[in-house]
Amino acid sequence: MKVEGATTHEGRAGLDMTDPRFWRAGAISTTLVMLVVLAFLSVDSMRVISVGGAHVPRYDVVNRHIGYQYDWSRREDVPVIGAPEPLFGRTLTEAQATALVREGKLVIQSRACMDCHTFFGNGAYYGPDLTKSWLDPAWPQIWMPMTGKPTREEAMVAFLMNPDQYPTWTRAMPNLHLTEREARATVAYLKWMSAVDTNGFPANFGKTQTQQ
Amino acid sequence: MYRSQKLSLRYFTAAIVLFGVMILFGLLSALYYLYPSMLFNVFNFSTSKILHIDTLVIWLLMAFMGAVYWYLPKELGHEVVGMRLAEITFWVFCAVVAVVALVFVFVQYGSANEFTLWFINQGRKYVEAPRWATIGVVAVMLVFAYNVIGTAVKARRMTGIMWVLVLDLIPLLIVYLDAFPAPTNMSVDLYWWWWLVHMWVESTWEVLIGCVMALVLMDVMGTSRRIVEAWLYIEVMLVLGAGILGLGHHYFWIGTPRYWLGIGGFFSALEPLPLLGMVIHSIYDAGMHRMKTANRPAFYWITAEAFGNFIGAGVWGFMMTLPQINLFSHGTQWTVSHGHFAFYGAYVCGVLAVFYVAKQKTAGTEFLDGRAWKWSFGLFNFGMIGMVMGLLIAGMAQAFYGRAIGGSTLMAFTQASENPWFIAGMYARMGFGVIFALGYVVLVYDLLTAPRRVPAPQTPMEPA
Repeated sequence: MKVEGATTHEGRAGLDMTDPRFWRAGAISTTLVMLVVLAFLSVDSMRVISVGGAHVPRYDVVNRHIGYQYDWSRREDVPVIGAPEPLFGRTLTEAQATALVREGKLVIQSRACMDCHTFFGNGAYYGPDLTKSWLDPAWPQIWMPMTGKPTREEAMVAFLMNPDQYPTWTRAMPNLHLTEREARATVAYLKWMSAVDTNGFPANFGKTQTQQ
Repeated sequence: MYRSQKLSLRYFTAAIVLFGVMILFGLLSALYYLYPSMLFNVFNFSTSKILHIDTLVIWLLMAFMGAVYWYLPKELGHEVVGMRLAEITFWVFCAVVAVVALVFVFVQYGSANEFTLWFINQGRKYVEAPRWATIGVVAVMLVFAYNVIGTAVKARRMTGIMWVLVLDLIPLLIVYLDAFPAPTNMSVDLYWWWWLVHMWVESTWEVLIGCVMALVLMDVMGTSRRIVEAWLYIEVMLVLGAGILGLGHHYFWIGTPRYWLGIGGFFSALEPLPLLGMVIHSIYDAGMHRMKTANRPAFYWITAEAFGNFIGAGVWGFMMTLPQINLFSHGTQWTVSHGHFAFYGAYVCGVLAVFYVAKQKTAGTEFLDGRAWKWSFGLFNFGMIGMVMGLLIAGMAQAFYGRAIGGSTLMAFTQASENPWFIAGMYARMGFGVIFALGYVVLVYDLLTAPRRVPAPQTPMEPA
């Protein structure tokens, strides 16, 4: 079957839609255009998501208070970086913070956290999402009393070192034998990650009172 | 039979064994949701899940490679170049997979250092295999690429399908290089990780299965090369035209700029189009040949592939892809529902068709049919659809109660997981998973037993 008109207009004789070559040209040109667009968008995205970029804070943000509030102009929740609030009561230089957060990432990969939990919603779905877990009300409400620790970060360290001792329900976290150093690095990582601007994901975090 | 086709049979055997391992760890992973204290601190959910999803990737990859080794000499009329190397590589590949699996089972995880990433576990979903093994897989893929390209050069002949296949191997290999780095910045890590996962699963693999489908259609229905090639190019145009920027639907929430919400939403909404094209293509071809085929199981599986790809990858993907919905559905069992349906529809059904093409050849029968394959076909499809529905119900409960209403905290997550709809969905998934596993048992039985000699029907069959 020829394209209608192809026989009457001699000049369009090459436009035969049953000829595979017609579609080959389409496939090649479409793919190249899309790849070029993707390359430009990736360069721009890297600018935004590099450490210190518009959406991703520097690692020494762990020295500051981090909040997550609804922004009326954007109509979504955004991280708010506030007053100094050193992690474990100690202000870190940028180099120290970078080293600590880097170690935290190694903990996260070596223990395959992503095969139970999600980060920015990516990973496995057996455990809760960790994107804003630094801000989770469960730390002050449940685990600080349970571990008897005076601060959020110390409760997190106690939990991460022995999660099987502090379960909150039947689907508990197993003991992955984190050292204290590794647990502290993980806490730093989670605090840094909670300051990343994720276009409002997750929505309403910690705003809704859930009943037991 | 060509020497490379004997290698295909070995790859198919390894693929089927790993398919079984995948199902086994799938059942185990499902069981943790019902009995969370099972094997606690001994063999945790994460290890079971890693084995489930990594064997998925490897068995499909092995089946694709087997399919290419099967059709390559036939397409080019020339024995595959470098077969000795390819045969050695097969055993290397198997050994790598076995060692990685044993380390996952017995060592599981390590301390926070580079040693763990090199030798135990990289902890990045789908590419958990340690770096040494990743190098092994790259080596296997390089030999594979050498076989394909070398044969084309030696045969001094190229078909359109082979061109698509060769060009597709290049990005397939390049994006796999992202299986090595471990960037500290999670946003950057996930940005490139999605190039790997999306470009494999939603682009290069779709093209690869498009090539395989074209070859199978010519084989089992005698469709003309001109038609399958035109369709293949249309599919490539639409798959890559929509899929390359469809990558944007993974860039909604990882810290990336806002424009990805619009770009990702728009292009991923287009992603079902090529899959719909494949459905039209297969119905058209089946109608043209009045459903007359020399290989009924292969014909049924290739038809299931067309529909499964469209519904599982296309419709199920579209259902949760727009950012307004994805804000709540992302990272729930809803994703799992889509993942299962898409992998099954797009890839599993397709490679099962190829297994039956190979079976017909090895059995040397003019017309392949029987009873067992129908049972396996029915059990697989029934089991998968049941699992997908159970997961969808569970995922919707999570999206609404845990995310939209609950606000995604630990307590919201817990409460959504204790919701009766979630629990019912998990039980349904388990039950239908067992049915799916029965389909696997019948499949293995059917592939291992010699076919009964069924006389080919003399008159064309009426469409059902």
